[in-house]
Amino acid sequence: MAAVNNHPIISLRNVGKTFDSGTVALDGLDLDVREGEFVSLLGPSGCGKSTALRIVAGLSAPSRGAVHWAVGDDMSAERLGFVFQEPTLMPWATVAANVGLPFKLVHAKESYARERVERALERVGLSAFAQSYPRELSGGMKMRVSIARALATEPQVLLMDEPFAALDEITRFKLNNDLLALWQMLKRTVVFVTHSVFESVYLSQRIVVMTPRPGRVFTEVAINAPYPRDERFRTSAEYAALCRKVSEALSEATAEAA
Amino acid sequence: MTDRVLRIGLPIGVLALGIVVWALVVYLNRIPPFVLPGPGLVFATLVKDWSLLANSLLVTLLTTFEGFVLAAIGGIGLAVLFNQSRLAEYSFYPYAVVLQVTPVVAIAPLLLIYLPQPAAVLVCAWIVAFFPVLANTTLGLNSVDHNLLALFGLYGASRAQMLWRLKLPSALPQILTGLRIAGGLSLIGAVVAEIAAGSAGAGSGLAYRIAESGYRLNIPRMFAALLLLSVAGIAIYFALSYLTYLALRRWHESVIAREL
Ligand SMILES: Nc1ncnc2c1ncn2[C@@H]1O[C@H](COP(=O)(O)OP(=O)(O)OP(=O)(O)O)[C@@H](O)[C@H]1O
Ligand SMILES: [Mg+2]
Repeated sequence: MAAVNNHPIISLRNVGKTFDSGTVALDGLDLDVREGEFVSLLGPSGCGKSTALRIVAGLSAPSRGAVHWAVGDDMSAERLGFVFQEPTLMPWATVAANVGLPFKLVHAKESYARERVERALERVGLSAFAQSYPRELSGGMKMRVSIARALATEPQVLLMDEPFAALDEITRFKLNNDLLALWQMLKRTVVFVTHSVFESVYLSQRIVVMTPRPGRVFTEVAINAPYPRDERFRTSAEYAALCRKVSEALSEATAEAA
Repeated sequence: MTDRVLRIGLPIGVLALGIVVWALVVYLNRIPPFVLPGPGLVFATLVKDWSLLANSLLVTLLTTFEGFVLAAIGGIGLAVLFNQSRLAEYSFYPYAVVLQVTPVVAIAPLLLIYLPQPAAVLVCAWIVAFFPVLANTTLGLNSVDHNLLALFGLYGASRAQMLWRLKLPSALPQILTGLRIAGGLSLIGAVVAEIAAGSAGAGSGLAYRIAESGYRLNIPRMFAALLLLSVAGIAIYFALSYLTYLALRRWHESVIAREL
């Protein structure tokens, strides 16, 4: 069981984002992410989840409000890992070179980098493909490479934007389990964006339900089921009940805005 | 396999057919050689004048090659500069376009006045060839996956790292496309300038030979020189295509034969 203390590592206060096009993506978003927790952002398509995650990462500046990182906000590969909705790999580089990118960029020692890359690939089960090019991999394998790259530096905070959305159910379940195992082993903070109720309940300790655009927090649901979670949890009555509860919260959030 | 045979066999068949038709037209209509020489005569002239023509070919090829290398350096260099500095782009890009849209045939005579003949030919080859490199490289540098850019930013990449590790590799397919176009164009630029120089009675390149043979009504030699120019153009195209293939074969869709 990963330790969760109540100290927020990231906090967003009254954050709003208005794009140049006039689209108000976020309005009055308050969010605390506590150290070591697994929290999901759940909301309908277009509600501003990706926008929120990009703001957290500093990839996009909020139009209003403030983002505060408890540890200072200069980003580095040790601080932050980001998994985009698409694999986002360099097609001209091998799998190993893609995963080793963060080390190359800081001129880390070759032997150290190689060891980290090997370990990360082992974790996602792709050791045999280190010398392959991304085009030789399936969609799910590419996504795992992308996750391996984010994990290789063992960042304090891992931000994931619907990383499994494009995958089939079997692969998704497997990657869900892998991700949970890793999270328990490394004890890092994970912010996970999804629009799947089932996935968010299965993975998270806490689900933040967002309203449709402009996005803000509608409610939070704590998922207190113990880890490790496995297929037994996925088929349990408790899981079904939680899914129903989160699903209802999501419909309420959607209805309120309508 | 059969596809490959067709791909290579069909153009060769068309060529053979064309030569036969050409020979027949000349033979049946008894067309005199100073109007239209037959393929046999053109080939014989090629052999007879080989030392003269080969020398000229070498001159033209050298100019083409120099123009191409300068176009590659200039085109890629300017594109990188424009990519790094918006001020430089705004200031100079319009003039690159002006150079491109002004027909080189019109510039060549002017250049020949101000520059020694070999330099003028080279500059012409450069002017026609550099723009496609610049335009394609610019396109490539500007179409880098924005998520990869964000990722490099998150990982604290420097400007130089962004350029070398991300933008240039990602633009490589477009750069190579630009170079492939530039190869053919630098030959055209060299030829145009040589013709212009030829009308001034100076020069030794292949195009100059064509102009000179034209004045002397040595039509078979015109054809022989033209043939060499075409072959040179084709060779340049294939050499650059092969370079593209070598550079991209591991990763780019355009040169990968997908196994289905
Ligand atoms: N760069 C942009 N310029 C203008 N509008 C944008 C931009 N990015 C996002 N938006 C708008 O902001 C809103 C929220 O977008 P966002 O990508 O955050 O949604 P999302 O919750 O991640 O959706 P999905 O689940 O479909 O990925 C959308 O209405 C979108 O049109
Ligand atoms: Mg999104």
